[in-house]
Amino acid sequence: MPSPTFEFAQAGGAPTGTPTKITQGSQTKGGIGESTLRPDGTLKVTGEFAYSSDMWHEDMLWGQILRSTVAHAEIVSIDTSEALAMPGVYAVMTYDDLPTEVKNYGLEIQDTPVLAHGKVRHHGEPVAIVAADHPETARRAAAKIHVEYRDLPVITDEASATAPDAILVHEGRDDHHAGHVPHPNIVHRQPIVRGNADEAARKADVIVRGEYTFGMQDQAFLGPESGLAVPEEDGGVHLYIATQWLHSDLRQIAPVLGLPEKKVRMTLAGVGGAFGGREDLSMQIHACLLALRTGKPVKIVYNRFESFFGHVHRHPAKLYYEHGATKDGKITHMKCRIVLDGGAYASASPAVVGNASSLSVGPYVIDDVDIEAIALYTNNPPCGAMRGFGAVQACFAYEAQMDKLAAKLGMDPVEFRQLNAMEQGTIMPTGQPVDSPAPVAELLRRVKAMPLPPERQWESSEGADVRQLPGGLSNTTHGEGVVRGIGYAVGIKNVGFSEGFDDYSTAKVRMEVVGGEPVATVHTAMAEVGQGGVTVHAQIARTELGVTQVTIHPADTQVGSAGSTSASRQTYVTGGAVKNACELVRERVLEIGRRKFGSYHPAWATAELLLEGGKVVTDGGEVLADLVDVLENESVEVEEEWRHRPTEAFDLRTGQGNGHVQYSFAAHRAVVEVDTELGLVKVIELACAQDVGKALNPLSVLGQIQGGTLQGMGIAVMEEIVVDPKTAKVRNPSFTDYLLPTILDTPIIPVDVLELADEHAPYGLRGIGEAPTLSSTPAVLAAIRNATGLELNRTPVRPEHLTGQA
Amino acid sequence: MRVNFTVNGRPQEADDVWEGESLLYVLRERLGLPGSKNACEQGECGSCTVRLDGVPVCSCLVAAGQVEGREVVTVEGLADFAKQRSCGTGACGTAEGQDSQTGEGTGSSPRAALSPIQQAFIDAGAVQCGFCTPGLLVAADEMLERNPNPSDADIREALSGNLCRCTGYEKIMDAVRLAAARQGEAV
Amino acid sequence: MDFLRPASWEEALAAKAEHPTAVPIAGGTDVMVEINFDHRRPEYLLDLNRIGDLYEWEVGEESVRLGASVPYTQIMENLRAELPGLALASHTVASPQIRNRGGVGGNLGTASPAGDAHPALLAAGAEVEVESVRGSRRIPIDEFYTGVKRNALAPDELIRAVHIDKADGPQQFSKVGTRNAMVIAVCAFGLALHPGTRTVRTGIGSAAPTPVRAKAAEEFLNAALEEGGFWDNGEIITPSVAKQFADLCSAACNPIDDVRGTASYRRHAVGIMARRTLTWTWESYRGTAAHTEGVA
Repeated sequence: MPSPTFEFAQAGGAPTGTPTKITQGSQTKGGIGESTLRPDGTLKVTGEFAYSSDMWHEDMLWGQILRSTVAHAEIVSIDTSEALAMPGVYAVMTYDDLPTEVKNYGLEIQDTPVLAHGKVRHHGEPVAIVAADHPETARRAAAKIHVEYRDLPVITDEASATAPDAILVHEGRDDHHAGHVPHPNIVHRQPIVRGNADEAARKADVIVRGEYTFGMQDQAFLGPESGLAVPEEDGGVHLYIATQWLHSDLRQIAPVLGLPEKKVRMTLAGVGGAFGGREDLSMQIHACLLALRTGKPVKIVYNRFESFFGHVHRHPAKLYYEHGATKDGKITHMKCRIVLDGGAYASASPAVVGNASSLSVGPYVIDDVDIEAIALYTNNPPCGAMRGFGAVQACFAYEAQMDKLAAKLGMDPVEFRQLNAMEQGTIMPTGQPVDSPAPVAELLRRVKAMPLPPERQWESSEGADVRQLPGGLSNTTHGEGVVRGIGYAVGIKNVGFSEGFDDYSTAKVRMEVVGGEPVATVHTAMAEVGQGGVTVHAQIARTELGVTQVTIHPADTQVGSAGSTSASRQTYVTGGAVKNACELVRERVLEIGRRKFGSYHPAWATAELLLEGGKVVTDGGEVLADLVDVLENESVEVEEEWRHRPTEAFDLRTGQGNGHVQYSFAAHRAVVEVDTELGLVKVIELACAQDVGKALNPLSVLGQIQGGTLQGMGIAVMEEIVVDPKTAKVRNPSFTDYLLPTILDTPIIPVDVLELADEHAPYGLRGIGEAPTLSSTPAVLAAIRNATGLELNRTPVRPEHLTGQA
Repeated sequence: MRVNFTVNGRPQEADDVWEGESLLYVLRERLGLPGSKNACEQGECGSCTVRLDGVPVCSCLVAAGQVEGREVVTVEGLADFAKQRSCGTGACGTAEGQDSQTGEGTGSSPRAALSPIQQAFIDAGAVQCGFCTPGLLVAADEMLERNPNPSDADIREALSGNLCRCTGYEKIMDAVRLAAARQGEAV
Repeated sequence: MDFLRPASWEEALAAKAEHPTAVPIAGGTDVMVEINFDHRRPEYLLDLNRIGDLYEWEVGEESVRLGASVPYTQIMENLRAELPGLALASHTVASPQIRNRGGVGGNLGTASPAGDAHPALLAAGAEVEVESVRGSRRIPIDEFYTGVKRNALAPDELIRAVHIDKADGPQQFSKVGTRNAMVIAVCAFGLALHPGTRTVRTGIGSAAPTPVRAKAAEEFLNAALEEGGFWDNGEIITPSVAKQFADLCSAACNPIDDVRGTASYRRHAVGIMARRTLTWTWESYRGTAAHTEGVA
């Protein structure tokens, strides 16, 4: 095939900025900074890549979970006899069959029963599990388990949760937040007080207030929860699983099974997306329990309906904000109260509260603040981690406030933001200085400077192309009622685990000669969920070790923890661990070289030595030895943990503390066309500018930014899990009624990448995965407000909100 | 019940099929062809798209018994299918000999020649988690067969039944444009 | 569960007579969802894929005989001139993959108020050809829908074809969903001008327990057009006429609040769609409009 003349359309072009200078490995092909292609790409396009739901084992059984049909009820009785008697059924298990005294699990608070005991606290809670020889047999058996419920009143919001006579979602709490929360139905509360907001408010010439509502978003990863548990001869079990963090799963699974961790072997199966939804356990323990009970391999695969009950969602939130500003446009103060609905179990709620509160001011300089964030226990679906993690909800609200302030002051919304934008050296409301570049004003400038898409694109010589109009193929308008709007937003997200968490990763790197070539093998437990960590690890190894051949070992628990694939942290932390391990390997390889060849050339002792193109070279470029000759039959292997700078907990009364390690910034400009009569929205363009510190793989960076941007658009205009406020039951657990953007809903997403090095991070990089999900949503809302003139204090915005028919 | 049909050019027989099973289940769990994906099983995501007698369909919504005697092409057979098609048009061999620079890999299976659309997805960065990829490939390949020079709106319409949660679709658009451009040059 | 695979129409009728609870499956786009999600476990599935007759259509002098299983893709591509309303509606059905499998027979069999074909069939005027071992009959579309997901079929009857009047004037179809593709109707509206009889017909989807016509709106518009001599003079319909027509279409709705939209929005949106589709069809009738049918 001739070489393609095709050029990728990319507004903004190549990354700009002042990236970290790389010396070691800069001559080696396929290193960092290049858009090398995914190592798993070929397997993924041929259908051979083995996802967790593709696992298969001779003689395997199928597991099925029976879930509660009500949100809050006492369990009066469970009768499994009819199910057990069915041909083809191998096991039926309930709470009473759990093998040890450990019957709960949880990320931070162990409040989640493996199987319901005594009562159920949310719709779709696991009550019993079945193993059978065919999925249909398992489903029929589950349907034959008779559970008698006695309904309890449902707690669905702050008022019902904190009412004086409120029934407690969890009795007898003894977790480490129980002591400081104002009510047992509040999981965690984090106030932040800095300066004096009331006093500063007196200086304000204008004050704006708003009450905002953020809907419940689903991660909606496409690969449903699934895995295969295989019993092993030593009484242990081997679990092939799609997860975000193998070792966190292991820590929660092993005690329930009554097995030491070394007898629970875990291998990462192919992961069909995650976005936070695989941070918690789903079917892991259930599959292991059934495998150990039956002595047979057990596979569990959720269907889409079950998946909506099988993982936590993004916290829906109510946010109350007050901002003031002087006539000349300086923000005087901010007060806010953020109420997150954590649902029935804690999951990641405490950390989400920490993020929501500490990032509630946004990327702005505000010295006087009074902040409170809480997460509730309710009988709604449990909520936890999702891309953006507490910062998303806050950004939606504070950016709406910025527009309101600008409008009230008669200022341009971008200029108003720039006037108040934080920069390096700004003190966060937690008292922590921002100690790396914070190009907030610059990102806004860049996104505003991008050319606007042409107007009335639907008009062609052949008439209106409805595919370009609101309503799309549904043929609702040929241009009638369509108004364009433009909106801007910018956001701030922390990178890595915060608040004093020991956030480390482990990497094992080996270098040896295979088939006459030096080869590096990188082994980590990092969950590749699609983000491209495996691509980046190979690039780091090439750069640091000067080799072209890199093998990525499958992720498993035979190596130390790599932490979670979340919080935009993997390239930073596990990438940092790989870099660190490679550097240690390099030192040892050079030691061997000095021992073997030092006497032949003085440069071995005097020059700075690099590994390039499979050779040892001096920094002047002189070749000293071939790595093949240095290593011969030796292999050099290093396994080492690596940590980012430590962080501190936030003070429980004042919220002060150096809680975060790094921040990530993105800005969006949204261009929308709204059919103002029907309330239908077509997002035309979502332009993004983001500082990435250093783009280790520019192609992957674009993929993260564009993907995150679209998830932000989803919650702006269509995505929402609807929970009935009377029954706390989920009303739309399907892809028919939980709508994800299709390619016809998707705008063009031009991206301008800025690279300003963070000197504290490996290669100066910045975690990038989440920031674009923050500002996308408020930018779209701002654009719709701009088109319609409506206030729009809730997201997602639906046609009935735009037409006064809600 | 027993079902006989052809998959990727090879006759297949599935035995003891439960009458409620879908074609998708039979492919994945009985025939060892898990490339077609089980993302929604309600026809709302396109991840299970296969060609049934040449027509792209959601295999999750085809009852196994309905494929008796019919021909199915899955992502696993896409490279061969594309190769045969280009042979038929006298442009044989365009699917071969491309090095995708993906050498290091975690898998050890020998690399089969890829179809142009498969190669374009890799080259354009259209694959992240990859769960939507097989269905998108089958749908995009069929569109390019019908419409070798699609406009952007044509691409979006043809792929509007295939959800992707990772990429924001931009790189998927790039991949299809790239495959169309390469296809144009090859003819 | 048993899987019945009749090789001919006669065999299918015999099987349905023997097993009246058998669920016909053609495109599978409704039935398989219910099976996959464990919402339904029919005793018998009656596969209609092998009956070639159901995949054929004939264009006659007055009407089109459309086989029950002719996929929406075929309707869009091949019957645009004869059945413009149905072709537009077909283009809004779900996704390309679903349009390749599903047909009008399935929409009629399921009789969901949200089925995309119904408003177009109501507006065009159609008869449903159903048959059992007892014989064949044609059910006028106005009498076909009998309740929420209920139709006029007897337990032993199968839908064989739909006879739809060929368009004698402009037709339009419009559907509101909260996504630009692959979406179930929040509500939908079909409109057909019949210059031959100097009448208009409407169809409303997803805004009442069954698909319905806005008969009062039709009567009002028929009278207004007649009175003003519009059919002959081809003048622009006055805004007040269009508005009253739209209001009467809204009034014909009897919608509910559900997860897809509010009742109030549905009434509102049907009115907007009624006004717009009237404008588009009338402009087309006047021959002054440049290609405003949208893509189908």
